[in-house]
Amino acid sequence: MTTRDDAVSDGLARRHFLTLLVAAPVLTIAVPGTASAVIPTLPQPAEIRDLGEILILAGTPTAGALAVLEVGADGIVTLELPRAEVGQGITTATAMLVAEELDLPLSRVRVRLADARPELLFNQLTGGSNTIRSVYDPVRHAAAAARARLLAAAAKQEGVDASRLSTRDGSVILPDGRAIAYGLLTSAAASLTGVFAAQPKPESEHKLVGTAQSRIDARAMVTGQFKYTLDHDVPGAMPTVVRRPPTINGSVRSVDSAVAEKMPGVLAIGVVPTGVAVVAETFGQAMAARDALKVTWNPGTIDSLSDVDIRAKLHAAALPFVVPPLLTQHVDAEFDFAFVSHAPMETNSAIADVRADRAEIWAGLKSPIVAQQTIAAAVGLPESAVTVHVVQGGGSFGRRLFFDGALEAAQISKALNRPVKLMWSRTDDMRHGRARPATHHKLRATFGLGNVLTFEHRVAAVETDFRHGLGEVLTATAASLPVGGNLSFAQTVFLTTVNVPYNFGVVTSLLNEVPLKMHTAAWRSVYSANTRGAEEILVDELAARMGKDPVAFRREFLKTARQRAVLDKVASAGQWGRSLPRGFAQGVGFHDEYQSCTACLVEIDARDPKAPRVVKAVIAVDVGRPINPRGLQAQMLGGLTDAISTTLRAGLHIDRGLPLEGSYSQFHYARQKDAPLDVQIHVMPATGSPGGAGELGVPAAVGAIANAYARATGIAPRSFPIIFPVDFEPFPR
Amino acid sequence: MPVYTFVVNGSAVTVEAPADLALLWVLRDKLGVRGPKFGCGIGVCRACTSHLDGAEIQPCVTPVASCAGRSVTTIEGLADGDTLHPVQEAWLEQDVPQCGYCQPGQIMAAVALLKEKREPTDEDIDKIANVCRCGTYFRIRQAIKAAASKMG
Repeated sequence: MTTRDDAVSDGLARRHFLTLLVAAPVLTIAVPGTASAVIPTLPQPAEIRDLGEILILAGTPTAGALAVLEVGADGIVTLELPRAEVGQGITTATAMLVAEELDLPLSRVRVRLADARPELLFNQLTGGSNTIRSVYDPVRHAAAAARARLLAAAAKQEGVDASRLSTRDGSVILPDGRAIAYGLLTSAAASLTGVFAAQPKPESEHKLVGTAQSRIDARAMVTGQFKYTLDHDVPGAMPTVVRRPPTINGSVRSVDSAVAEKMPGVLAIGVVPTGVAVVAETFGQAMAARDALKVTWNPGTIDSLSDVDIRAKLHAAALPFVVPPLLTQHVDAEFDFAFVSHAPMETNSAIADVRADRAEIWAGLKSPIVAQQTIAAAVGLPESAVTVHVVQGGGSFGRRLFFDGALEAAQISKALNRPVKLMWSRTDDMRHGRARPATHHKLRATFGLGNVLTFEHRVAAVETDFRHGLGEVLTATAASLPVGGNLSFAQTVFLTTVNVPYNFGVVTSLLNEVPLKMHTAAWRSVYSANTRGAEEILVDELAARMGKDPVAFRREFLKTARQRAVLDKVASAGQWGRSLPRGFAQGVGFHDEYQSCTACLVEIDARDPKAPRVVKAVIAVDVGRPINPRGLQAQMLGGLTDAISTTLRAGLHIDRGLPLEGSYSQFHYARQKDAPLDVQIHVMPATGSPGGAGELGVPAAVGAIANAYARATGIAPRSFPIIFPVDFEPFPR
Repeated sequence: MPVYTFVVNGSAVTVEAPADLALLWVLRDKLGVRGPKFGCGIGVCRACTSHLDGAEIQPCVTPVASCAGRSVTTIEGLADGDTLHPVQEAWLEQDVPQCGYCQPGQIMAAVALLKEKREPTDEDIDKIANVCRCGTYFRIRQAIKAAASKMG
């Protein structure tokens, strides 16, 4: 590991900042252990090298430039993070890493989200539960190097050897006990020449990292001061909305805007590739004028398709099993999962100011480099003339991997020749936004003599769009190629994330995707929520057929002691097997992904099978090395709520080319009345390197909830969400 | 265009606006009060929840005309200077926010509930229908209970 000093010293001296760029971490590959007495399963692709490791590997050449730290004269240390914060807590966790290395109070660390930095290539993508895994080493090395420089500056200034100095509470401590605040050393430190290599603290000396901390931005959030994209003011950027087609990917044939143009507050109206844009003094006036437009439309791309057609395509696409059911005892099951909107609270929104010679964009973006490159091409400017600011987002769940709002805002700004502040309506977001693709699952397990012999899973899915690539235009283009293209990407993601954690003999998982021209995107946990959720249901059914208790069965077949420890934790803390009133039941699920593992035990009240409620949840999670256990618990809580929603009630109905759901009154994401009254989340102690956390919570909880429902009601769920009527009058198209 | 005068977070404001323009857009686009968030525009996600004369409203479905001569409180008006409202304090202690977008509305709904019920039951808390897409509901529940004991 080497450290090099940044070359922009002129700028530094002027700003009195100490800025450092630091070199790459080392990639490590985990080798899975095996259990004995069961038929071992060969390591699956996701165990050998998971998606997170591939993302880290892709980012390795640029990891040296990843973390940019500034030590201000006021003693405030700012980390510029080339990732998107959307609620997952990475700004707090990375601030903790900086504070730890610099022996600085957490309150004196700020984290700023970096603009698109094309030189980072594959290393500015926020996805795959990968932020902490990919920045853990670079950020600590940057902070350690900053500390070394501050020590050197103090040593030079005081004429003592650096080895006699220490750091505490944001100051360098001299041998005589005097303290010099970092802020007083920044100018001297920035003017030093030479290389200041420093190793981060041994993890055994961590005092802050690994302790529960609250979000660094929580106070701004609870006082209404926190600014999301639409809360920013850009001169001249006025409220803008878009009238959208009656079916997905429809386009404008003709517009009569005579009435709309004369409505109060209306400033401009124009046609763009996605519909008709209306700019007004307020969003309310823009929406009123939008509704007054008379538009005729060209057809969209899936106008003839409804759920029943899509489901038929998926059933036909599921690849056949290899093992015939004739000779052995076996369990078969098929499952269907509906489309699910990402539905972040903050709808797709962006500010764009496109001029003749330059453009500036503000939005919540998880792949800002490819956004910059695509927008530049779309508005006819060189990439270097397009500045893309990453704004902290109001939720994402995979949605903000795509930058369609930012691109659309740029197109409107160019077409109407004015800066715009674009907001999608909730209906726009649910009907024309992205969704988790519908999937169909066929599973077969064979068993004999107390062992599972084979475990086959065939997944047929509407294509998940990965055309954001690895976050820049080269791999995004590769994902768009007609041959290989998105399918290769999808297979890679599937194989490097989905992982059967049990010794089930010969295990095969195959994905076959049906490309439909609609808007999809990875949704928190990508393929795993449905795929592993379905598997956890089959595991319960397999256990029952083999005469075994669901926890004891999992315990017997899990591969590692670490996995069994989280299962044991929920079984004991959740009092597995305790007696419950009629209509209530427990259920358990397990999941291992991104070098982390979790178990979830829920209790469901399904006295009315049409109105179930998860009343209690006990979760155990082992992420190898938790940075902020409180933030980790928040992620697991969010994953649990996602699982409650998508397993029981939340989905989209596709009807003749458009989702019927248009708002939260129709798309039944959980509310307080659907949430458990008791949640316990146990974080296992640190044992290794940080694993992924953001997506981990969903799949185990899906399995646990479905299994609890089955035990409580005697109804084996096969189609999700389980309760899914069209219980509303759809909005007009 | 008609003109309306009312109070926002303790200060009198006068705005020119169509009578049916939703209060949310008067607050956000004309007055720059951005704490109340847009999430649906039809009063079902409740991210904009604020108070009108102390009672909970959803500004996205409240015509500005209905506010004339009355007093609007948004999340920005809840704290007393740097001294947070006990509900805000409880929110920080429980580390409730994730993305944070719905939390101004959640807090304003909780304050309205606690005004009516000093010791809300789980059933009372269940009636808060504000959406939190990050799924922070359990921490919200704990924070409301903690705030209730603070305010006891």
